[in-house]
Amino acid sequence: MKVTVKFFAGLRDAVGEPEITIDLLEGTTAGALWDQCAVRFPGLGAVESTILTAVNREFAEAATGLRDGDEVAFLPPVSGGTDV
Amino acid sequence: MFEITDQVLNAEAVVEKVSHTGAGGIVTFIGVVRDASRQRKVLYLEYETYREMAEKKLADLSGEVLTRWPMTRIAISHRVGHLAIGEAAVVIAVSSPHRREAFEACEYAIDRLKEIVPIWKKEAFEDGEVWVGLESETPRGL
Repeated sequence: MKVTVKFFAGLRDAVGEPEITIDLLEGTTAGALWDQCAVRFPGLGAVESTILTAVNREFAEAATGLRDGDEVAFLPPVSGGTDV
Repeated sequence: MFEITDQVLNAEAVVEKVSHTGAGGIVTFIGVVRDASRQRKVLYLEYETYREMAEKKLADLSGEVLTRWPMTRIAISHRVGHLAIGEAAVVIAVSSPHRREAFEACEYAIDRLKEIVPIWKKEAFEDGEVWVGLESETPRGL
């Protein structure tokens, strides 16, 4: 199955592209997709703990199963200001 | 009503979206680009968005506000792209028959926006740029 994967902000800088299309086995989870991307784009590995995942424009878990044609996005923490 | 735009924001226009004869109080929040972050001088900001999802989450956020404060109206305008110090990045206006709900709902809206709406900012300093929220830093010129 094919999914689209979008990267934003610092993640896009690390990957070098805003969007890729990737072939996956049926039943691949969002978390497993992230792991594959981290291998393919080594700069992603450093920021793993704080990344949010979206599937079809809704927040998703690492365990969320993907389907053919899904749009996945890996999102850095949303910009806050700080209160400092 | 909500929008994401690369144009200069007009707070009056956002206020007009929520004004009506039943609204006794209107509260406006304006998020403005500051010149200092963690003691370093900020030159400018770049805002980026996952637009389709951000529009969806702004709609969700508006729904949350209207569910929790049923008599209010809310309008949000968020700017993206290059912003200079002193420019408005976001305007939120909330109207209500009485002022208490307007204050509460407006504060909720900006706090919630920063949690769920996929918009990111990059701060540019003299000696580098940082995406707020990520620790790594890109030195200028690389």
